[in-house]
Amino acid sequence: MRNEVLSYDVIVIGGGLAGLMTSLGVTGSQKLALFSKVHPLRSHSLAAQGGLNAALGNVPGSADDSWEKHTFDTIKGSDYLADQDAVEIMCRMGPEVVYELEHWGVPFSRTPECKIAQRPFGGADYPRTCYATDRTGHVLLHTLYEQSCRKNVEVFSEWLVTSLVIEDNQVQGIIALHYESGEVRAFSARVVVFATGGYGRVYGNSTNALINTGSGIAVAYRAGVPIKDLEFVQFHPTTLYGTNILITEGARGEGGILVNNKGERFMKRYAEKLMELAPRDIVSRSMTTEILEGFGFENAYLHLDLRHLGREKIMERLPGICDIAIDFAGVDPVKEPIPVQPGQHYSMGGIDTNEKGETKIRGLYAAGECACVSVHGANRLGGNSLLETVVFGKIVSTHLREFLKSQGDTRDASFLDKALEKEKQRIEELLKRKGERRYTEIRDELRRVMFADVGIFRKEEELRRACEVVQRLKRDYRDVSVRHKSRYFNFELINVLELEGMLDLADIISRGALARRESRGSHFRTDYPKRDDPNWLRHTLATFTPNGPEFDYKEVKITRYAPQERKY
Amino acid sequence: MHHKKENIDIEEKVFSFKIFRFDKRKDQGPYFECFNVKAKKGMTVLEALLKIQEDQDPSLVFRYSCRGAVCGSCAMIINGHPNLACRIQLANLPSPEVLIEPLPNFEIIKDLIVDMEPFWKAYRMVEPWLMPGEREKQGEHLVTEKNRAQIDQFVNCILCACCYGACPVVSRDEDYLGPAALAKLFRFIRDSRDKRNWEDTFKRLDNEHGAWGCDTVFRCVDACPKQVRPTDGIEALRRRMVLRPFIRQAAHEAKSESK
Repeated sequence: MRNEVLSYDVIVIGGGLAGLMTSLGVTGSQKLALFSKVHPLRSHSLAAQGGLNAALGNVPGSADDSWEKHTFDTIKGSDYLADQDAVEIMCRMGPEVVYELEHWGVPFSRTPECKIAQRPFGGADYPRTCYATDRTGHVLLHTLYEQSCRKNVEVFSEWLVTSLVIEDNQVQGIIALHYESGEVRAFSARVVVFATGGYGRVYGNSTNALINTGSGIAVAYRAGVPIKDLEFVQFHPTTLYGTNILITEGARGEGGILVNNKGERFMKRYAEKLMELAPRDIVSRSMTTEILEGFGFENAYLHLDLRHLGREKIMERLPGICDIAIDFAGVDPVKEPIPVQPGQHYSMGGIDTNEKGETKIRGLYAAGECACVSVHGANRLGGNSLLETVVFGKIVSTHLREFLKSQGDTRDASFLDKALEKEKQRIEELLKRKGERRYTEIRDELRRVMFADVGIFRKEEELRRACEVVQRLKRDYRDVSVRHKSRYFNFELINVLELEGMLDLADIISRGALARRESRGSHFRTDYPKRDDPNWLRHTLATFTPNGPEFDYKEVKITRYAPQERKY
Repeated sequence: MHHKKENIDIEEKVFSFKIFRFDKRKDQGPYFECFNVKAKKGMTVLEALLKIQEDQDPSLVFRYSCRGAVCGSCAMIINGHPNLACRIQLANLPSPEVLIEPLPNFEIIKDLIVDMEPFWKAYRMVEPWLMPGEREKQGEHLVTEKNRAQIDQFVNCILCACCYGACPVVSRDEDYLGPAALAKLFRFIRDSRDKRNWEDTFKRLDNEHGAWGCDTVFRCVDACPKQVRPTDGIEALRRRMVLRPFIRQAAHEAKSESK
């Protein structure tokens, strides 16, 4: 039993929304297993608050909303780096998928007409964001998990996938480490789907769960899969000062305002029309500018004021925000403004896929935040990430079923056996290493440098410094030892394994940002403050080599919307 | 409810954590071990535990994920009371001596990590998914905001199992489904979209391991870090079981009206 290789048609890695949605589309017809570092209900998807976008036209003022307008808002928001065919697919499927989720039991908030309620969100011309108070991610994750129980999806919880096995451009399976036993095992699969989320914790000041180390993206990268647009990192404008826990954009959608230390609603100077509801990159930069110019509080944060909304509306629409502000900052939003600052939030980039979720490896797919389709381009609009997870989870499940039907089983068990031996050896060596360095020092320095030098405002000198620091940390990593030798629940080993991937991703992000000499969406270069379409209207691709990432670029798909200047 | 928490200065103050240790593979029995942690502003119990794991004893294990009191991973007993370790700030603790134990009513695997399977099994037993009637031809089911608000507190359950750990009935009857699962069932029963056959559902739960097992001593309500009141759900299930024929009719009429 111990060394028997379990074989599946499909292995999905990640138990968040994208992974569950993919699984639900596959289960029943195929032999499926879902792997997750944590129980699926502990996935980071549940931290999403504000909602998901779909042009349902359910609320006053949105009757003439359409998927085409949603497409345009998304492409404009992306600063024209999104692939327009993929955005069209996502926005067109939005309403159908939202109705499907509703039929599965998602308890959406309702309009007086008993329809799904929608609220205004950043960068959108219509109130289009479907929500369940301010706990939309929580209810979506719970609903999809409920459905996975109904359909008896087989789940391997608390397994870390440490490598992906590819031979002859074809997926063979995965190698994974079991937290409890410490066992390293191979699992054979004809199709592997990455749905492993983002890498927020490569940065300091992140809204992300502690588990978001980007391990999935890093594993795919090491296996030779190209990684796209990783220099585009979203900084959310409103994260709670102190802990950087997310305070939803919905708080501004419901009417909350941002105020500086002079009591001024400063966003009117930066985005005259949309003000606080300009896209996130613009609001985050405006806030950072205010703080740098001395208009912040304690030189660190600004105020998000909800008081004028009144207790009733706050408690009805934003109860989760109240809990968070009270639990973590001791501030009751009904009575006091919430101290907020921009923080790392989301990864626009990720595993390079096409609009079907396919990678260039046969049988390998990716969906959700770990993937870069690209529907978000250089800046994601709020409410589009949840939408992406469910739409592309569904799309991937459809295409992989076709793949399984049309392709023969070309797996060769010997490749997996060899890979397993190699992986066991790698982990064995890691445990035996006698270095002086602690993983925590390297991790903490990495987070500091990424936030400080590859952050909201970037420039040549700082980016160069960051690249150098990352190189040094990669060298230092070779001297990291694992002090704890037991196999059983060895979190130190897990952290050390994941840190290697974090360093790889930081390397790609910082070098990609240094190379891109323009400003586009979330990537803002103070030394190149203009967007440069002739040279840089293209995706970055990074491929693993032993000497670091090798960069290449590829065309952005433009269908109907010619790039123009973004004004809000 | 207004807590002025951030003014309490705990910077550099040393907190002593007395932590339950047990490794089912090798320890004869559990023991306690003390670790000192220098506090920082805003530090939570979870952050202190991570600090101990990183700097002092990597063999100390516990579950965690979101660090924002929404994922339910880090439920444990803190100073005798079930809570989420990430939700408790050191500044709000009554003393710098902190007692940390795993959730009761579960088999301990190692230290603060327990085997949650009985909890998930009870959850699956109640068939916790919507059973809608015929699919609407187009668009969504129509639901009143009032109905949504009625199930809201049960929807908010994060399945952290604090209630299960606090429940005196679970501790004496391992077949009792427990507060979270029963409250979850009520979340669906009360959802106007759900058309499950109550007779089938109640047949399995109309007994002392189901809805009638509850002692109604509200330990679960007291334990819940998300202000859910599982006992309300269990009481409401009981009412429906007793008054089944009448309520069924009334609910049917109400649903017809809302269409």
